Amino acid sequence: MTENLQRIALAVLAHLALILAWYLFVKLGNVPRFVMPSPGDTLDALLQPNYRWWTNALVTGTEIFAGYFLALVVGIGLALIFTWSKALESFFMPLLVSLNMIPKVALGPLIIVWFKYGIFPNSMMAFAICVFPILLTTARGLREIEPELLDLVRSLKGSRWQLFSKVQLPGALPYIFSGMKVAAILAVAGAIVGEFLGSDKGLGYLMLQVQVTLDTPAMFMAVLLITLIGMLLYGIVLGLERWLVVKDARLD
Amino acid sequence: MEPFIHLRGVTKVYRRGKAEHLAISDATFDVMPGELVSLVGPSGCGKSTLLKVLAGLHPHDGGEVRIGSAQHSFDPSRDVGMVFQAPLLLKWRRILENVLLPAEILGLPMGEARERAQGLLALVGLAGYEDKYPYELSGGMQQRAAIARALVHDPKLVLMDEPFGALDALTREKMNLELLRIWKEAGKTIVFVTHGISEAVFLGTRVVVLTAGPARMADNFAIDLPHPRTLDMKTHEKFGEYTRRIYKLLGME
Repeated sequence: MTENLQRIALAVLAHLALILAWYLFVKLGNVPRFVMPSPGDTLDALLQPNYRWWTNALVTGTEIFAGYFLALVVGIGLALIFTWSKALESFFMPLLVSLNMIPKVALGPLIIVWFKYGIFPNSMMAFAICVFPILLTTARGLREIEPELLDLVRSLKGSRWQLFSKVQLPGALPYIFSGMKVAAILAVAGAIVGEFLGSDKGLGYLMLQVQVTLDTPAMFMAVLLITLIGMLLYGIVLGLERWLVVKDARLD
Repeated sequence: MEPFIHLRGVTKVYRRGKAEHLAISDATFDVMPGELVSLVGPSGCGKSTLLKVLAGLHPHDGGEVRIGSAQHSFDPSRDVGMVFQAPLLLKWRRILENVLLPAEILGLPMGEARERAQGLLALVGLAGYEDKYPYELSGGMQQRAAIARALVHDPKLVLMDEPFGALDALTREKMNLELLRIWKEAGKTIVFVTHGISEAVFLGTRVVVLTAGPARMADNFAIDLPHPRTLDMKTHEKFGEYTRRIYKLLGME
């Protein structure tokens, strides 16, 4: 337990040290505010009411979480369908592997043509960028079943459903979570790119607005808030993993 | 008494495209109820295949396979317990829940099964480990849990495929003694596959020798050593005769 506390203390210390270094760099180097604001200036940016921080953060958060959730449902859902139907898997999997090669960011202008701009198209951007890692790792996890375990269940004349629910699905969970963690980081990037390409709300949109007036502290604050939203999503996934996956079975 | 397992001229052929590979040919032997039979031979001699035929996992291509007799009925879905070289415990289940897996699959009453599982964990020397996860146990202990799992549904036949092959030599000797004790107490018929010649003789009431390339059954003889077996029997002259006989059959002398 004390070892744990020590680790947490070190982690907090590292973050504080970075903020201190940032502060000292700006102060001692006399760096102009529009190049790099101090931590204090960055915090002060929150006081600007016309930036509507809360609304913009809420919009970006919604895009990230909606896109991510949809990717979870679709990615895991497709992987489950594929384990139950070899024919569907053989047909669709190569196609999906090819589609995965499309740089999703390049779809941005198309998404705007199809869905205009706003929360929905940006969620689609987040979805497009993070559905593949979830789908591919889940499919892989469901395939990774030891042949002898299969023999054990078959020697007891266990049903396909028993094999799936007792062995295959719980065995795939570590893979699913490893995909979910990668996807959590990608979903944030997807939503922000979407906002850069076309939007009228959100933290990415705000960044483009304040860039014009060289309000660097506000840009710093926006990046900070985007990071915090990403950390929230990642933290939720990590918490779920701790809850659902036994220590020894976790990947990474 | 009628034999519990009755094999006559059993053959098994694997086909891959046009190529045919004879995995077993002319396996002929009987196993009496309560016997512990060792199947010994080099890799590729078909011993694991034979075990899968007995487990009902693979159909055989020729000959006769009969398990069970008038006095000892046999239900292929609930009377087989299996132990493999790897413990294959489910990482996300505690030891007791791992042992209960076959009972769950067969839909047995869980209250009784739970009690039985606890008794079996005590039998294999794992009392007090019910709530541990597999990773908290050593390889040998995990294999003990796997043995308890193979016994939880009270099968009449236990099939073991090199169960101690992955353990270090000392643990393996210890597990051999443990297995003999468990076998005596549980009173099961056991078919034990190994490539360890001394292990085969030490454990078996009977040894079936299989050779590779081409796969065929070379011999089948009873081991006339007293029970309970002790480690010092390995230095007996008779023990040496048996192992020499097997070495000769496998062309290693």
